[in-house]
Amino acid sequence: MLKKLKENGRTVFQLLYTAVTNGYIYGFFGGKIFKGKTKGFCVPGLNCYSCPGALGSCPLGSFQAVLSDRKFKFAFYVAGILMFFGAVFGRFVCGWLCPFGLVQDLLYKIPFPKKLRKLPGDKWLKYLKYVIFAVFVVLLPLTVLDIIGQGSPWFCKYICPSGTLFGALPLFAADEGIRGAAGGLFGWKTAVLVFLVLLSVVVYRPFCRYLCPLGAVYSVFNPIAFYRYKVDADKCTKCGKCQKACKMDIKVYEKPNDPECIRCGDCVKACPYGAICPSVKLKKKKSEEKQK
Amino acid sequence: MSMKNFIKSNLPAIAVVLLAVVFMAVGAWRGEIAVVLKKAVNICLECIGIG
Repeated sequence: MLKKLKENGRTVFQLLYTAVTNGYIYGFFGGKIFKGKTKGFCVPGLNCYSCPGALGSCPLGSFQAVLSDRKFKFAFYVAGILMFFGAVFGRFVCGWLCPFGLVQDLLYKIPFPKKLRKLPGDKWLKYLKYVIFAVFVVLLPLTVLDIIGQGSPWFCKYICPSGTLFGALPLFAADEGIRGAAGGLFGWKTAVLVFLVLLSVVVYRPFCRYLCPLGAVYSVFNPIAFYRYKVDADKCTKCGKCQKACKMDIKVYEKPNDPECIRCGDCVKACPYGAICPSVKLKKKKSEEKQK
Repeated sequence: MSMKNFIKSNLPAIAVVLLAVVFMAVGAWRGEIAVVLKKAVNICLECIGIG
């Protein structure tokens, strides 16, 4: 039992984290969302604030909310939060603290005859998330305004699958009034969600790799964050076992702080020489202890 | 790792954290938290595919 828990430590952590940050159970039954003051603060991962259980705010939704407000042209508060989480954790957030990342992780566990290491065109597709951030999260909310000068959260409205899964579906299930208001936009968002759900069974974390603007933001901080990986050149033989274990297909021995690395730790576990280690280490690896 | 080494090897991250704190303070002073809170405590119709 303990061994199994240890093997699936990250999944257990992700489940607990998601349960705690979405702990307003009453919301799921009553079709209501939490209205407490903690919602003035953003959680690090993609967690829709319209999820009935959400106790905090989604950083991307909040960023767009401030940008699309006619009083502001820049979102200092949320930008500061993103920079803080980025500088401390980098994409550790994606690997450990994102509910939609957890969903994709679980979907990838479903057996499928031919899993893909990456999508064709991955080399270029991985830059799509930066374009989505620039266009849907910044430019459109800031520039496309209604008659009173108010913008829209374009990413939330047209792309975000987290809002559909954690916000729309539970609310629709609990509230007939909300369900009755669903139209073409909901159909589109459901199609996006279904497409990503199916793709997640075949490819590891397609949304994080190609579409997530939050991942794009945190990826910039990966090389400088407090939590990063180091490769001991004296121990590393470039055997490639780390890359083989990496579901994001990163050459860890060459680029341990690649922008795509979500810090899942599979490479650390896979290295037979204990050459890869996080900058923040909780305990010594067995291989290191043996050497001593 | 000594404190000096820690600071030396994490200088960019420390600079970003300090800048982040300044940004958060400026945002709070401008009243951005109220905008975030107002948006977050009401069902976001766009997020759930209605609005």
